[in-house]
Amino acid sequence: MTPLMLVLLTPLLGALALGLLRRPVVAGWFNLGVSVVSLGGALWLGAAVAVSGEVSGTLGAQLFGPSAGLGFRVDAFNVYLVVLTAFVGVTTSIFSRPYMRYVLGIGRIGPRRMRTYHSMYQLFMFTMLLALTTDNLGVMWVAVEGATLATVLLVSLYRTPEAVEAAWKYFILCGVGIALALFGTVLTYFAAQQVIADPAAGLTWSTLYANAGGLEPAVMRLAFVFLLVGYGTKVGLVPMHQWLPDAHSEGPTPMSAVLSGLLLNVALYAVVRLKMLVDGSLAETASPHLAGQLLMGFGLVSFLVAGLFLHRQRDIKRMFSYSSIEHMGLMTFAFGLGGPLATFGALLHMLVHSLTKSAIFITVGHAAHIAGTQSIDQIRGLIRTQPAVGWSLLIGVAAIAGFPPFGVFMSEFLLLTATMKSAPWFTVALLSGLAVAFAGLFRHIHPMVYGVPPEGQQPVEANMIPVAVHLSLVLWLGLAIPGFLAGWLDRATWLITGAHLL
Amino acid sequence: MNLTLLPLLQQLLLVLAAIVLFLSFVLLAQVRLISAIHAFAWQGALVAAVTAVVAATGQVHHLYFSAALTLALKALLIPWMLHRLIRQLELERHTESLQSPALVTMGAVALVIFSYWLVLPMIHAEMTFTRNIIAISLSVVLIGLLMMVFRTQAVAQVLGFMSMENGLFLAAVSATDGMPLVVELGVAFDVLVAMVLFGVFFLQLRDSIDSLDVDRLNRLRETGGDSQ
Repeated sequence: MTPLMLVLLTPLLGALALGLLRRPVVAGWFNLGVSVVSLGGALWLGAAVAVSGEVSGTLGAQLFGPSAGLGFRVDAFNVYLVVLTAFVGVTTSIFSRPYMRYVLGIGRIGPRRMRTYHSMYQLFMFTMLLALTTDNLGVMWVAVEGATLATVLLVSLYRTPEAVEAAWKYFILCGVGIALALFGTVLTYFAAQQVIADPAAGLTWSTLYANAGGLEPAVMRLAFVFLLVGYGTKVGLVPMHQWLPDAHSEGPTPMSAVLSGLLLNVALYAVVRLKMLVDGSLAETASPHLAGQLLMGFGLVSFLVAGLFLHRQRDIKRMFSYSSIEHMGLMTFAFGLGGPLATFGALLHMLVHSLTKSAIFITVGHAAHIAGTQSIDQIRGLIRTQPAVGWSLLIGVAAIAGFPPFGVFMSEFLLLTATMKSAPWFTVALLSGLAVAFAGLFRHIHPMVYGVPPEGQQPVEANMIPVAVHLSLVLWLGLAIPGFLAGWLDRATWLITGAHLL
Repeated sequence: MNLTLLPLLQQLLLVLAAIVLFLSFVLLAQVRLISAIHAFAWQGALVAAVTAVVAATGQVHHLYFSAALTLALKALLIPWMLHRLIRQLELERHTESLQSPALVTMGAVALVIFSYWLVLPMIHAEMTFTRNIIAISLSVVLIGLLMMVFRTQAVAQVLGFMSMENGLFLAAVSATDGMPLVVELGVAFDVLVAMVLFGVFFLQLRDSIDSLDVDRLNRLRETGGDSQ
């Protein structure tokens, strides 16, 4: 129980403390400290799961009685996401400290909003970690909605008309989406009541999973449609993606890094957990793969549409947010395809995409400060002005576009192999989508990195350590996946598909 | 489906739920914000009443608590907060000009029919009560969604959002005897925080576009970029 409490309570208490802490400089360091402690807890939790295979328990059982406490379940599938979330939380807070100090220095925000920023940052980490670790579908919903509420003020942090507009769109769209997901959750609970005697256990995922075969297929089918549309809004699946580019481009850059690298993963995690229930329920019916087919459809459309939209972007952060939609679409497609190979690839892709994309957003933050704008047309000659930023951007984009020897290449290769095996015609769509996205990224990135820098462009103070760490990890994962991680992903694959890959 | 054969309390629940649905229609086409808030408060009170009746029929004690919570939150606190915001923003006399309200009302009717069409094959015919109540809640949710699409005034959109939540509560309470307490508390907390944040956003919106007409939010277009 203890590592779990450390993971969850640290960011929660940190958020409260940061809300009260007045001095921005101290708050930046304190924020980093809180993130480091959470990461320590996450690693501890990872070690515990590695030893025992699964950590579960109930928090607050003494307070509300044994049936009303918060049930937790950490297995191979979510523990690696917990560690990933805590890790990106640390590196982003390393980046955010000088970045936000710079923003404060040029007077874009005042000290009070700095306090909001730091407090909401940790609150956001808390909601994501809660959504990942909880065993209760209702609590998961509350946490995902909480993540929206925590970030919406961050998106409008700069108070420009654009930022307020982006935040309003984000709030309304995600609010509606998540409300539909709650309807799906209610329907799931309704189906559970017909088979599970204890009403308090009717939303507990483990219990539902054990009884998935008995859940009424007709109800679960409808429930999954609502859940997919609901959580899919947060994943950024087309056509519910409208909020995502706006929120990413107008919010502060550390926020874009955690939104893209972590929040989308958490939402996709929720969808996959629910798919496992629906698959169990529909196994005996005429359409056992309905959930998978829905995921494949939504995923492929998102993947292709986002790839095309990459070409039309004029704002650098918007461009990379479309790249996130594209990759989330690819993962959704792979989870829908099912089978051990595709699932293993998708899990690996979640990992490498998060690492690469948050590294890119960190670099983009520095690039935007160098050029003084986010407009692609006006960012020029980064390599000449500040080689570290320029090269990081170039390498990051090469990694995300799927160049060997980076990890993204590995996972995309696995996904393509799996597709070739079970649905060969889709390979054509995937390959052309990858080519379109590749062209879209590079036609924009080339002049930004190599072009002639405008007169008087000055380098800024930049800490490239987080970027270097992320990109080296991605490179490492592309060259050789360490044994323990491979074993871990394999166990997660077994949990999701019921078959081992390795 | 023979409604007259149901136990009296279930018939009462269906009548209450039907009035909730009716209030959704009222909300949808109500041009005066103050009246819309009143309609919303009544809807919240009715959902609380449904919860209390379910608690009485099924002897589910924690539902009395959630009935009180719903009443406090949906019928009193949130309407009061909206009232205060409207006074602060000087929108008391604001009336919105709706585009083709008749068409939208017809759309809402179509949504009710669609909900029944969706729910009927899903649940066994002998569970007449559950079928009706889930279909009605789904209609309330979908009409709330329609309202958020159709109304361009920020306060009206928030009312749509909150009435969607009412529909969700109705489904949770009457079809399943309420969710576990932890979840219900969490949802209520989220709704409350959302309301506070909506209030903050009304002020931010007024500062940035000088009105709460969300149609004027059109700076971020697909190609973006020229905003900075």
